[in-house]
Amino acid sequence: MTVAEETRPLLPVIEPNDGHPYVAGSRCKACGHTYVGTRDVCAKCTARDRMEHVHLAETGKVWAWTVVHRSFPGVATPFVDVIVDLDDGAHIKGTLVDVEPDAVTPDMPVRMVFREVIPAGADKPYLTYLFVPAQGAAA
Amino acid sequence: MSDVYVVGIDMIRFGRFPDRTVPGLAAEAALMALDDAGLSIRDMQALYCGNLGQANGMVGQRMLAEIGQTGIPVVNVANACATGATAFRDAWIAIKAGLYDTVLAVGVEQMGKGLLGGTGGGPSPEGLVGSYTMPAMFAQIGIEHARKYGTTFEQFAKVSVKNHHHSTLNPKSMYRKETPLEEVMGAEMIAYPNTKLMCSVNVDGSAAAVLMAEDKVRRLGLMDRAVRIRASEMSSNPFAERQMAMPDFSAATRVAAKSAYERAGIGPDEVNLVELHDCFATAELVHYENLGLCADGEAGRLIDEGVTALGGRVPVNVSGGLLSKGHPLGATGIANIYEVATHLRGKAGARQVEGARIGLTHVVGGGPGMGTACAIHVLEKA
Repeated sequence: MTVAEETRPLLPVIEPNDGHPYVAGSRCKACGHTYVGTRDVCAKCTARDRMEHVHLAETGKVWAWTVVHRSFPGVATPFVDVIVDLDDGAHIKGTLVDVEPDAVTPDMPVRMVFREVIPAGADKPYLTYLFVPAQGAAA
Repeated sequence: MSDVYVVGIDMIRFGRFPDRTVPGLAAEAALMALDDAGLSIRDMQALYCGNLGQANGMVGQRMLAEIGQTGIPVVNVANACATGATAFRDAWIAIKAGLYDTVLAVGVEQMGKGLLGGTGGGPSPEGLVGSYTMPAMFAQIGIEHARKYGTTFEQFAKVSVKNHHHSTLNPKSMYRKETPLEEVMGAEMIAYPNTKLMCSVNVDGSAAAVLMAEDKVRRLGLMDRAVRIRASEMSSNPFAERQMAMPDFSAATRVAAKSAYERAGIGPDEVNLVELHDCFATAELVHYENLGLCADGEAGRLIDEGVTALGGRVPVNVSGGLLSKGHPLGATGIANIYEVATHLRGKAGARQVEGARIGLTHVVGGGPGMGTACAIHVLEKA
């Protein structure tokens, strides 16, 4: 029996983690700011070597959004582009799915889910995170 | 330190020139600016050349190959949408430093149509991890303003109506067509709330300026055409908590604006006209507040009351702006200075801002995951 090859992440910040995926983050132990991705120096307070690796929160609220109707060739539209304030203080960009575009409101609670999707420019699925409305969504 | 003046400045009419070359477009504007000053390329002691699309292509040297290879130092500059203004500021710095007294600054760009950037090769996060298009980025900035202050789609659209109207009075504008409100709001939606008519136009263009130290301006008797540079300030994006997810063009603009007003020793209420970075209609309203033209939250009222239209208290983008005149990235920063200088010289024809004494130009560029570059110039009638 062969072990299935793990689906590659769409972005380096997405950690497959043996089937328990998360988005990698860093928290500054000096000022407390939380970043998306792994880093060594804090852009906010300039502290060096005070970063700790964290798994970013999977819940948050919509800060800003737009409905994208025109995108690059090969990308399906429309889609909802959201800036989410995660509950751990990080801010992350993403796509909000399983929602009517007109139903998006400021501070709408959302939840991060991980799915395997074929992105534009590829012919096989990649692991990505997506946002769904916090209530009533299936991962 | 000597004050620095613009003694010659011009731009080509923006348009689409696929059969021309980048150095060729630059050369045309350079010669126009030299003619405006009544000087020759032999009088120039250094060249600062701004271009983004061929940033590794030594555009300045190639331009000199077309108009005169005098052996002067050439610096090729790339700094997103602030490229042209950065080249202009480098010329200003060189004179301020006392190295030279007569310097040429050029900005040029040749662009394709459509969205900037692209998915390139390989799997793209576009659509799955939000959007990396410029219209989406600036749409979110508009939505952020709306969530704070209740700004409406109609108010954003009015910016485009105004700037397109202004452009009908500017013979150097790419487009010169009225666009009524219903046409702007009914145009193809690109990224809500920016419709196609609320996005700047990708065009080819070039602009150039001759900068000179004050004593030489007097010695050559050029004060009749001179415009004084009261401030030349730049900034990059200071830390802003959402900037990794959502590029922040406001914080950088506020930093540069504060420095520019301090350097010029004036307040925003003393500015008679502004050319600001209306890359999208949503951006213009946000920058009213960033530049201190009104208090935070008042931008919607400003556009509603016509304060920033020609004839209003502080006309903004009387050239037609990036929305209608066009936005050739590397040329825009010097083209904005050309517009303001033309008004200060009283030579703006049908779109002249009457009695203009002080004008401000603003550009701010950047992109997702890159950061921002902002440049602000304050110019005064000499």
